[in-house]
Amino acid sequence: MCSLPVPREPLRRVAVTGGTHGNEMSGICLAQHWLQAPAELQRPSFSAVPVLANPAAIAGCRRYVDHDLNRTFTSCFLNSRPTPDDPYEVTRARELNQLLGPKASGRAFDFVLDLHNTTANVGTCLISKSSHEVFAMHLCRHLQLQYPELSCQVFLYQRSGEESYNLDSVAKNGLGLELGPQPQGVLRADIFSRMRTLVATVLDFIELFNQGTAFPAFEMEAYRPVGVVDFPRTEAGNLAGTVHPQLQDRDFQPLQPGAPIFQMFSGEDLLYEGESTVYPVFINEAAYYEKGVAFVQTEKFTFTVPAMPAPIPAPSPAS
Amino acid sequence: MSSCHIAEEPIQKVAIFGGTHGNELTGVFLVKHWLENGAEIQRTGLEVKPFITNPRAVKKCTRYIDCDLNRIFDLENLGKKMSEDLPYEVRRAQEINHLFGPKDSEDSYDIIFDLHNTTSNMGCTLILEDSRNNFLIQMFHYIKTSLAPLPCYVYLIEHPSLKYATTRSIAKYPVGIEVGPQPQGVLRADILDQMRKMIKHALDFIHHFNEGKEFPPCAIEVYKIIEKVDYPRDENGEIAAVIHPNLQDQDWKPLHPGDPMFLTLDGKTIPLGGDCTVYPVFVNEAAYYEKKEAFAKTTKLTLNAKSIRCSLH
Repeated sequence: MCSLPVPREPLRRVAVTGGTHGNEMSGICLAQHWLQAPAELQRPSFSAVPVLANPAAIAGCRRYVDHDLNRTFTSCFLNSRPTPDDPYEVTRARELNQLLGPKASGRAFDFVLDLHNTTANVGTCLISKSSHEVFAMHLCRHLQLQYPELSCQVFLYQRSGEESYNLDSVAKNGLGLELGPQPQGVLRADIFSRMRTLVATVLDFIELFNQGTAFPAFEMEAYRPVGVVDFPRTEAGNLAGTVHPQLQDRDFQPLQPGAPIFQMFSGEDLLYEGESTVYPVFINEAAYYEKGVAFVQTEKFTFTVPAMPAPIPAPSPAS
Repeated sequence: MSSCHIAEEPIQKVAIFGGTHGNELTGVFLVKHWLENGAEIQRTGLEVKPFITNPRAVKKCTRYIDCDLNRIFDLENLGKKMSEDLPYEVRRAQEINHLFGPKDSEDSYDIIFDLHNTTSNMGCTLILEDSRNNFLIQMFHYIKTSLAPLPCYVYLIEHPSLKYATTRSIAKYPVGIEVGPQPQGVLRADILDQMRKMIKHALDFIHHFNEGKEFPPCAIEVYKIIEKVDYPRDENGEIAAVIHPNLQDQDWKPLHPGDPMFLTLDGKTIPLGGDCTVYPVFVNEAAYYEKKEAFAKTTKLTLNAKSIRCSLH
């Protein structure tokens, strides 16, 4: 399978988005701060633009108003004719597509970094579409090497045949930074500080690339989804139990067949009935209850990331 | 030694409220479970009624619809003329007062346990509204002893201006049960287990009491609210500093003058001022950002209870 084209020129148009979900506070607070004091986002060869992605949701401190913004960047939503009854997030997605895209066009931003939190214990999770995103994979590798103590895990969300739907997919290259656990509506200093540092390092990497650095091929380990598991429910659809204490907080750790995954309110354990080891991620994420997801089952796999040559600098104006 | 005890009437009517805040899930699901199968909460001779107080907020998994249900059980709100224009929670409060009160009357429920979660690292917490209530001090002593070595803290909200009109305050003996940390909209098995145990011990205490057991004089350590502290804000009213990493998750631990309290976005530490050591609680509770409360300062003190025994024996 061939990889997608790597950038051949320096990346000039870069954005950092916070508040795609209006109650994930690290990105919101950072974006609000940078809108007042943008110096932190400036580098010699480019300046990143901070964007508050979902202002109405942020104002209400809720994930979304009508529709999850981070599921709204498909061509169906982006290209359909606007109507007065459109959900807030559909209108907003089209605006962001104009600002940062248009998706899949030559005019799209070079790179968008989208900031998120989760109530799940994912630690530092780097989210990209697929293993074919060569620039993003080299960036992830760079973050892993810079911060070995963080154990950054790479999560590749795209299922085969599925169109990308999230905000950073409107740009030519993108990455989601997902830090947890943090409750919705809470701003923790430790998570905030870690996110700030990671954003700075992402921008440093882009600068390094822009200055003419080539990166060699390497082997990368990542996790990709193979299914989801819902909570046990009553006939009426209410919860009948919750994530078992032995699974709670164990994101990215192996789950073997026969291990307990749910504890029923009546006391008994439900066991994992799959046939092979999986790696659960997003275990007990608040926002996923309504999506029918108690955890995402992933498989761990390794792949080769091809070398990324240095960009060809644009001709200087003086010559 | 003559026994100088308070003779109390037996307890007859007990309620357990869940969903007063619709996104604090432990109470919601415990109550829903007990509505299906109430065996666990039954005790001989006692009526124990589980009840969802804010069903619309529960359905939307939000703290409240129009206003915070747990702040409006004062006589003014309870006495307002019923109308469709009243906020949903005020109408609901009047219904609840009718079912389990009326507040300050002989007919009200004896005990109401109101189940809550917090995003703060408060562990198992019992909330007391009246420092002279021998019966509740004895109950709390029993629960703490039964839970040990799992810590259980008692938060006293008696204060001339800071005490608030809780849902449970319509009962003769109001008991707040707060367990954290748990994010809003999340149900953790470990937190569920802790809250379940607290209720079990509380009901056991009531049962022993009704059966005639005498509880000798006892003392408990409590944390009494002094004042609430807001986040430092900028000229636009936006939050300008975060709870300092040294204070985050340190509920109930002493905070001394000079200790870090907030960290500004520019990296400056703001220390606790004044002369007194305080014990912070509700540190970084999500729902309190809008109430302008980063944490509450408390002082530690000991409350004593006289011996109590049920008057029927």
